[in-house]
Amino acid sequence: MSKLTRRNFLKAAGSTFALGSAGLGFPHIVGAAKKKVVVIGGGVGGTIAAKYIAKADSSIQVTLVEAKPYHHTCFMSNEVIGGDRDLSTIKFGYDKLASHGINVVQDKAVMVDPVAHKVKTADGTTLGYDRLIMSPGIALKWETIEGYDEAAAEAMPHAWIAGHQTALLRKQLEAMDDGGLVVLAPPGNPFRCPPGPYERAAQIAHYFKHHKPKSKILILDAKDKFSKQGLFTQGYKKVYGDMIEWVPGADTGGGVKAVDAKAMTVSTDFDDHKVSVANIIPAQKAAQIAHDADLTDDSGWCPVDLGTFESKKHKDIHIIGDAGIISGLPKSGYAASTEAKVCASAVVHHLHEKEPGVNSYANACYSIIAPDYGISVVAVYKLGEDRAKIKKVGGGLTPSDATPEALKREVHYAYSWFNNMTAEMFG
Amino acid sequence: MLHKVALEALLFCVFMLLPFSTALAGETASPSMLSDTCLGCHGPGGISDGPATPTISGMSEVYIIAAMLAYKYDNDEDKVEAIIEADPDLEDVEFFARTSTVMDRIAKGYSEAEIKVIAKHFASLPFVAAEQDVNKKQAKAGAEIHENHCEKCHENGGSSAEDDAGVLAGQWIPYLEYTMADFESGDRAMPKKMKKQMKDAHAAYGDNSVADLIQFYAGQK
Repeated sequence: MSKLTRRNFLKAAGSTFALGSAGLGFPHIVGAAKKKVVVIGGGVGGTIAAKYIAKADSSIQVTLVEAKPYHHTCFMSNEVIGGDRDLSTIKFGYDKLASHGINVVQDKAVMVDPVAHKVKTADGTTLGYDRLIMSPGIALKWETIEGYDEAAAEAMPHAWIAGHQTALLRKQLEAMDDGGLVVLAPPGNPFRCPPGPYERAAQIAHYFKHHKPKSKILILDAKDKFSKQGLFTQGYKKVYGDMIEWVPGADTGGGVKAVDAKAMTVSTDFDDHKVSVANIIPAQKAAQIAHDADLTDDSGWCPVDLGTFESKKHKDIHIIGDAGIISGLPKSGYAASTEAKVCASAVVHHLHEKEPGVNSYANACYSIIAPDYGISVVAVYKLGEDRAKIKKVGGGLTPSDATPEALKREVHYAYSWFNNMTAEMFG
Repeated sequence: MLHKVALEALLFCVFMLLPFSTALAGETASPSMLSDTCLGCHGPGGISDGPATPTISGMSEVYIIAAMLAYKYDNDEDKVEAIIEADPDLEDVEFFARTSTVMDRIAKGYSEAEIKVIAKHFASLPFVAAEQDVNKKQAKAGAEIHENHCEKCHENGGSSAEDDAGVLAGQWIPYLEYTMADFESGDRAMPKKMKKQMKDAHAAYGDNSVADLIQFYAGQK
């Protein structure tokens, strides 16, 4: 008889449990017509939701609809702006998704019919669905800043949807003379990537420190406080002295109100600034298709059930990522990745006419202040009992007394985050 | 053989009935629901794409639990020992202090029951070695040091995941470097045996012994 040890005991139990933990452990739906899931949007939420559904039950027909042939990640785009990273390193294609059984349709989704359960694309294709997952991202509210529109954004980039805009801002920073002024104008809440503008200021300062040391960065904020504020303020001072100046909403009258892209001036209620480079990040709302499909409320974002991410306006449609009103979770890439996993589980359960289990959500968000100076905020969340909020149950910020070695390691872990997140999305 | 199967079946039944078997309790999320949230940093299937975050799939259950408890309770030995003492499931878990950047914050979001579910999940998945270049000369020197000082606990060239031994073979170089730097600085506690072997290895092979060991482990498949 084999020896009864703790290890054998766990192995015996473990092997039996392994069945239940491989994917979601669902048998294929035998005999029934193939269930169809359509996913709109090839960013964090869309790619990961599609992959996790295909992984959980390969009998479900998963179609991902994305207009662009490739995706530029917003994360790490600030390093492109700072000059430490090439734009090509944040560019990813969808070619590996087919090996997971996902049908990728490279076309723009232009219409959703929630009643007929159909999606129409620009070339006229109609895709029927049992469940639709939308991760459409954001649209910019140009109208909130006088004089700012798509044409003006060529002179004063927002660089808040990565790609061409990222390259544009980088080029302008390279072209400007030493001693110039850069204005960075972050919007009020809520917006995509709350620490993003402040990491960007640091990345621009990193470039200036080594190439244009007489230049200045002025952050004209719409808000009176911002994400990781203490850590950013500490990092700015330690690494860049007084190169970065932050002006709170109280002193700007609520941020930048108008721009003149020809004269290169930026105006608040109190001041006009003549600038060398302007990075104008307007207020945001859910992407246009979410509005057209009647999935938004007066806030401009999509109300959803926080346990399944099913729309509160139309059944069988789920919204994840930055477009959703996900109370308790930030509009971050990592949050979107765990929303996608929770949503995929809910959708698969529903298609099998089963109740989804208990959810778990997380966020891990790094900001790189300098090549050897990273900071982070992390959190673990659970669904609140009344489903009105996703509640933080643990987590926190980089301690303000973190050692230089720890701050350096955080940069390496940020790069690992990037590699693994993009592997989750596109691998 | 029949006896073994019968025993395992019996053990499984016992396990099912244990009150602390929270994997089956209605209130705990499923193993994949809990563990999938880790993968944005630790990689698809728990296999890290690097450069620094370790692969956690294929590590031993007790290793993962020991790490998570040390993180969760900020290396409070008394607290962790009390938890180990109170839970027969944790009989093989030993406390060792360890430092981290984000994991001490993340671990606080999970209960002991959830940590056990997560540990069992990743322990059940296969380890896949990192694809990376190593210094062959150093790796060769490291192989000898490993054989003489490490193999006894880190069996099979550091690839075995038994008890409190972490998987070393095929981990990313920066991760191995951080880990060894923490052991050497005292930020991470070494088991007594390891402390002695490290001292002996230093004495026998000189200052490069750790760097050589790292190259050896990094090149293992």
